[in-house]
Amino acid sequence: MQYAPPNEPVLRCSGLRKAFDGLVAVDDVSFHIQPGETYGLLGPNGAGKTTAISMIAGLLEMDAGEVYIVGQPLRRSARELRRHIGYVPQDLAIYPDLSGRENLEFFGHLYLMRGAELDRRIAEVLDVIQLTDRADDRSDEYSGGMKRRLNIGIGLLHEPTLLILDEPTVGVDPQSRNAILESVERLGAEGLAVLYTTHYMEEAERLCDRVGIIDKGQIKAEGTQRELVQLVGGQDYIHLEATGPLLAGSEALSHLAGVAKTAVAEHAIDLVVQDAHDQLPKILETVGGSGVHVEGVDLDTTNLESVFLHLTGRALRE
Amino acid sequence: MRAAWTIALKDLRQRLRDRSAYIIGIGAPLGLALIFGFVFGPLQEEYEYSATVVVVDLDGGPVSELFIEGTLAQLPDVEVQRAATVEAATEMVAGDPNPLSQDSDKADAAFVFPPNFSADVQSERPVEIQVIGNRQSQTAAGLAASLAEGYASELSSVRVAVATVEELVGAEVDRLATGVAILQTESPATLVDITTDTKQLDAVTYYAAGMAIFFLFFTVQFGVTSILRERADGTLGRLVAAPIGKSSIVAGKAISAFLLGLISSAVLVVATNYAVDAKWGEPLGVAALVLAGVIAAIGVMALVSAFAKTVEQALALSSGVAIVLGFLGGTFVDVSGGQGFLATLRYASPHAWFMQGLADLTTGDVSVVVVPVLVMLAFGVIAGALSLTGMRRGLQP
Repeated sequence: MQYAPPNEPVLRCSGLRKAFDGLVAVDDVSFHIQPGETYGLLGPNGAGKTTAISMIAGLLEMDAGEVYIVGQPLRRSARELRRHIGYVPQDLAIYPDLSGRENLEFFGHLYLMRGAELDRRIAEVLDVIQLTDRADDRSDEYSGGMKRRLNIGIGLLHEPTLLILDEPTVGVDPQSRNAILESVERLGAEGLAVLYTTHYMEEAERLCDRVGIIDKGQIKAEGTQRELVQLVGGQDYIHLEATGPLLAGSEALSHLAGVAKTAVAEHAIDLVVQDAHDQLPKILETVGGSGVHVEGVDLDTTNLESVFLHLTGRALRE
Repeated sequence: MRAAWTIALKDLRQRLRDRSAYIIGIGAPLGLALIFGFVFGPLQEEYEYSATVVVVDLDGGPVSELFIEGTLAQLPDVEVQRAATVEAATEMVAGDPNPLSQDSDKADAAFVFPPNFSADVQSERPVEIQVIGNRQSQTAAGLAASLAEGYASELSSVRVAVATVEELVGAEVDRLATGVAILQTESPATLVDITTDTKQLDAVTYYAAGMAIFFLFFTVQFGVTSILRERADGTLGRLVAAPIGKSSIVAGKAISAFLLGLISSAVLVVATNYAVDAKWGEPLGVAALVLAGVIAAIGVMALVSAFAKTVEQALALSSGVAIVLGFLGGTFVDVSGGQGFLATLRYASPHAWFMQGLADLTTGDVSVVVVPVLVMLAFGVIAGALSLTGMRRGLQP
């Protein structure tokens, strides 16, 4: 689908808000995506990513805020605008008793595609998702990775202007995950605007031109990876793989001079520090004194993980 | 509307790939209809009155002859045999002493008119008609006793009538001739059964229709629960995100349920017509009843499913409702002849109206299905409209 208005973001949302039974899931979320840009919403589970994109995709009514698709306000009656959006939900959304081709045909018809145009597009998408050979098999006979690829293919079929991918690699084997990431890279390179949610730092770093760091329903910071890293300044990131009383260890470390942030992750303590090499001995001594058994140490320059820790005081995969 | 048909055709394709659709929609109702028809059909035939009676006319007068020729001989499916003596008649009637014996050669009952029966009637002396029953044919024997009692009662009336005639003319008349003349006169009042409740389908047709409407409610379940199924499968989000209205999604589900119901019903009507000679009646009336039944089934099942949270919950709830309504509506046991609260309550079931409509249709008059059709349509429309309230929530991915 052609994107006509120049200098207008493909997606612009402002002040998005949604609460469920008084619990605020998304609070004043605003961002925009330019044509050809891949934008990542990076945050842990429960941060509000899926709620935010459900409102953008028109699945969920917002309590407040505005969503503009190619410069037009997305309202409930604006069906035509929905043709600009390709939505790939986090959970598989395919009909298991239909073949891959039948799944594509059905959704193609819903997007008003017909005849030769539909056949051509199905063939192209099957090629992109590498399912041409298995197109006529029932999709419940596919492997998990193949189902994931079909799930993405349905979102791509009608050539949307904006592709929304909600954690597309969750529960996917490494090989399929890599295939999915390559597909997203290629789509971005071809000029498609992509909204990509993930809680995997590596995916955001690899795919996204800009990243919004979201936690507790709010975007804490937004920018390119370089811009976000600069928020942390010259600080270093230490990842301690450890067992034992991790909370007590983290608490003890937080009182050390030069330690900016600490957080407990799964079998690990993450730290943002001024100078990792100088402070590491003291850190190991302190954490050992708290009864924590350190099994491995990673030192890293600042990355999105440390940015998230710096901004929220929590580890990304807490 | 195009989107609704796209969704409906997709649903149909899915359903027709599921073998359970054929079992629920066609196999089970057809199988049960055949079984019930075979089991209860012959029983019904057995209850159709057919009897052999023996008459011992030791009187030979006009009053006994009038009973034999004027009453017994006029009864349909009753064979009248004569015996010279009471002993001979007893021999002809008396069956095997074993009560379980099925000696079909024996007569069912015997009537004995004693000597001077007609003269005694004329002279107003007490008279009696003896009835000898076959212990293996208790129903026929009971009917024979009733006939004799009825005739005796009629004779009493005639005596009163003759006395009235004598009083009117002021002189004695030929009592015998006058009495016989009165007996031969047709009753001025004739009982004609006009109640619709007593119109009956034969057993085969009854169970074919009963099973068709009973399983119809299960057949349409797939359509009305498929919004919940789409939500569980995650595909509902995709439908809602597509450039179509939510009304198209609901319409698509309704169309698929309607087509499934219609197809399975049509197959059952045709199959039972040819396979077991079910007599459904006037095709136009049957078509109207089936259409209205499908709409009622969709409305009721949608209403039940609309307030369920999961597919399993919807299936359990709607199955329960379908079974209760089915039994209430008399799809398994004919409750149309019953009385009291339950007999009235059955009209709360669309099944009862469907069965009633088909029974009424046996008169051959298509217009009799108008009321059942309208009532079933009302069931469907009202329940369907109420279900939209719950469906609004159900369309939330």
